[in-house]
Amino acid sequence: MSQSVDHVALLPLYLAAGTAVLAFLADLFIARRAAVLATTWLGTLATAVSALAVGAHAGTFCTQGACSWVPTWPAAVTAALFAALTAGVLAFSAPALRVGFAPAGEFCFLLACSMTGGVVVAYAGDLISLIVGLETLTLPLYVLVGLRRPATAVAASASLTFFLISVVSTAIALLGIALNYAATGAVHLALLTAPSPSFRAVSEVGVALLVTGLAFKVAAVPLHAWAPATYDGAPIPIAAYLSTASKLGGILALAAVVTHLEARAILAILAVLTMTIGNVVALRQTRMIRLLAWSSIAQAGYILAALALGSPGVPAALAYAVFFITLEFLAFGVVVALCPPGASAGPITDFRGAGRRSPWLGAALVLSFAGLAGLPPGLAGLFAKLSVVDALIAHHWSWLAAVVVLNAVIALAYYVRVSALLYTLPPRIGLSVADPVLLDAALHPRLPITRPVAAALALTAALAVILGFAPQLLLNALT
Amino acid sequence: MYRYYLSSSDFGFPQALLLLLVVLPAVGAAVVALFPATRDRQARILATVVAGGTFAISLLLPLFPSSDRGWFAYTPLSSSPQLPWIDLDLPWVPDLGLRFHLAVDGISYPLVVLTGLLTVLCCAYTIRGSGRALSALLLVLEVGVLGTFLAFDLILFFVFFEVVLLPMYAVIAGWGGPDRRAAARKFVLYTLAGSVLLLLGVLLVVTRAGTGDLIALAGGGTLTRTTQCVAFALLAVAFAIKAPLWPLHTWLPDAHTEAPTVGSVILAGVLLKMGTYGLIRVAVGVLPQGAAWASPVLGALAAIAILAGSLICLRQHDLKRLIAYSSVGHMGFVLLGIATLTATGIQAALLGNVAHGLITGLLFFLAGAIKDRAGTGSLEQLSGLRETAPRLAGLFAFAAIASLGLPGLAGFWGEAFAVVAAVHRGGPLWITLAVLAAIGGALTAAYLLRLLRRVTHGPATPAVHAMSPAIAPAEWFAWAPLIALTLAVGLVPALVLTDTLGVQP
Repeated sequence: MSQSVDHVALLPLYLAAGTAVLAFLADLFIARRAAVLATTWLGTLATAVSALAVGAHAGTFCTQGACSWVPTWPAAVTAALFAALTAGVLAFSAPALRVGFAPAGEFCFLLACSMTGGVVVAYAGDLISLIVGLETLTLPLYVLVGLRRPATAVAASASLTFFLISVVSTAIALLGIALNYAATGAVHLALLTAPSPSFRAVSEVGVALLVTGLAFKVAAVPLHAWAPATYDGAPIPIAAYLSTASKLGGILALAAVVTHLEARAILAILAVLTMTIGNVVALRQTRMIRLLAWSSIAQAGYILAALALGSPGVPAALAYAVFFITLEFLAFGVVVALCPPGASAGPITDFRGAGRRSPWLGAALVLSFAGLAGLPPGLAGLFAKLSVVDALIAHHWSWLAAVVVLNAVIALAYYVRVSALLYTLPPRIGLSVADPVLLDAALHPRLPITRPVAAALALTAALAVILGFAPQLLLNALT
Repeated sequence: MYRYYLSSSDFGFPQALLLLLVVLPAVGAAVVALFPATRDRQARILATVVAGGTFAISLLLPLFPSSDRGWFAYTPLSSSPQLPWIDLDLPWVPDLGLRFHLAVDGISYPLVVLTGLLTVLCCAYTIRGSGRALSALLLVLEVGVLGTFLAFDLILFFVFFEVVLLPMYAVIAGWGGPDRRAAARKFVLYTLAGSVLLLLGVLLVVTRAGTGDLIALAGGGTLTRTTQCVAFALLAVAFAIKAPLWPLHTWLPDAHTEAPTVGSVILAGVLLKMGTYGLIRVAVGVLPQGAAWASPVLGALAAIAILAGSLICLRQHDLKRLIAYSSVGHMGFVLLGIATLTATGIQAALLGNVAHGLITGLLFFLAGAIKDRAGTGSLEQLSGLRETAPRLAGLFAFAAIASLGLPGLAGFWGEAFAVVAAVHRGGPLWITLAVLAAIGGALTAAYLLRLLRRVTHGPATPAVHAMSPAIAPAEWFAWAPLIALTLAVGLVPALVLTDTLGVQP
């Protein structure tokens, strides 16, 4: 029996996969870094545009009233977001690739493969596609985390940690899916229902295992320990990708699961632990990337809190995810721009006075941190918090809303510390032989910002501002 | 639901003015921040012009009254809707129930004018001194404060309430005294803790009532008593941190002491008013049953605040710190007025708000001037001011006497009538509170006279001897309006209350 396949619905996937292949071929035949980058970049753009152009469409690969490929508006928006994040990471990596930090062809190919996985996760209509998509999203990242010349032990250890944790988590998630299939006989999301009473225990264990496996992907506490080490060992743009696109993949998968299956208790526990421990540990971080990693763990906690509501919380969770990803990506982008190409970010104190030396970058980082803390001028972050707390209170989960907002207070402490450091004057030196400001400027020359990085930063910042003033655009697109 | 006022919410010239009141300083702040470093002075002058323009717009508002100017006449029994003079209602984020709903009425108008005035004075004051970033931040603060006073949508109120947080942090941390970092951090964490409680309370009200419209919600709407009590508790704590009410005041002395002069003026003059205004407009206005339930506690805390503030002031050795603590006592009177839940009490609170903004603003300007000239704020090292700088000493004496509530000056009415309202409320509790507040008023006189004796009288210390007695034109410009208004409000308190008189409790 042959199935009719709707190729229009699959267009974003074709383009994403085609981008990967083209990147590979471009590297093989043209073998020029710029050409490979340009090809991949155009491919990501085409993927994003096609996802938005196809928009909501009839599903394909359908059997028994359920489809494995479901183009809805939230799916289209998140697929476009995956492509945009890939394009952004390419732009952030351009200076490092120029200095020969990593082979451009392999880098672009792997990144495009990962984007393809993201597109599959966004559109997936059954649990198998979801896991395949997630693995396609994650697999190339093991290599990308460790792909650097010269190879370092830190990068190798980061890559290996990430690999081992991911494999284990996938195995757990697959076991969960299998148990759930045994109990209900369904893998399509639309067909997932409560099992008959005799199979309830099996199904409950299955759901718990599935959620646990996916919780690794979003780095939810207590399954988070890989994230800070991996982010810190990875090149900064890849850390940005891990903390945004890879996390979005996990969130989408969790959202798909909780829409149809009952997992409220476990998600509520994960949410409370994740946001509280993420924020408290972030208070004590001294390295920039580790601080961002822990803050990103805490932010995932707020998303889990919304997901703990089940299907009513999904729009709020997705809205929060998109707002958060925009702001987080902006923060990572500023860190990329403030560090020499290919270098790691180092301790937070290295960023002292950076906002005085580079006012625009400083303003962008303050915008991002204010947003992550949920305060104006980062209105996007304010609306993100508002939508999650609103959903929680509207569904009578006020205690969880209280935990969320109290965490926001803890989080502000470290966001404000780093933001203030950006504008701190250099420390006084013992002898007044030189003006400390001039000396500081001489010791920290302003690094030139390459055009791709500047463009990506400007676009991300513009998006953050636009979403701040017109959040309804996003909320409309996600429903 | 009271939607009949919709006819007044078309977009016309008055609505444009209302919008401009918020947009103009925001745009001004952006332009000032973008000025090149070489044109710093021009940027600061531009900021003053923008603040002046905003103030001028705020003065124009009463020219466009709606036909029926009714004050909201709050009592626990009646719940007549508030009818704003000008009403601007635009959708913003429908999914979150957020509307861009601005309006102005008799409760908010005096505070709007006060905010406009103090921002102009502070911007003008910074023309002499430090960078354009400070001027830009003052304008951003103005956006937040004006927005809070004008917002007629609960969620919008919350959004504007949050706007002031980080700019005020930056003002304290960037331009403050030696211990500014810790003070700024304490300020921002404390007030954020308050505003997240506000967020919970606001969303609780909005989700249970189904609307965030303050006009529709006036008097409680359809909220149950339990919801009202829970929401009131959340909101009252949130506003009590901002106001601040004892025992949640501990952020205030550090913030005021370390903040630069203009920061202290804005903080004491208008930022604290966001707390008391919120309490009147949102907590008491929307949740009357909750307010009735909690009013004895609020009143008792207010009376303790008055006494505690005065007693602490008697032991202070730093000029700015003393004035900061005096705010705790003065805001205690305002909160006592609100807690009585009578029309007299709330009018006393409105008057007290404005008077405190004028007088404490002036006191902080003068304290800043003395500290800048003498190089110290310690009362041990300041004495004999009238010998070296008689004019400054005279102004300082005027402000201190106004602050202690001399009849005929602005400070008197709010405090006296807060006590009167408590007596009127009757019952052993409220009479006791009235007596305690009156004792606190006497203590207020004691510490302010002690302050005057220390600073202006006695032999001149070396620090005071070295002071230059001249007062710069920019300083006269900043102080004169406050002096004039302190007198004017003291002689004609109806200036503040025109729109709220004639309401019987």
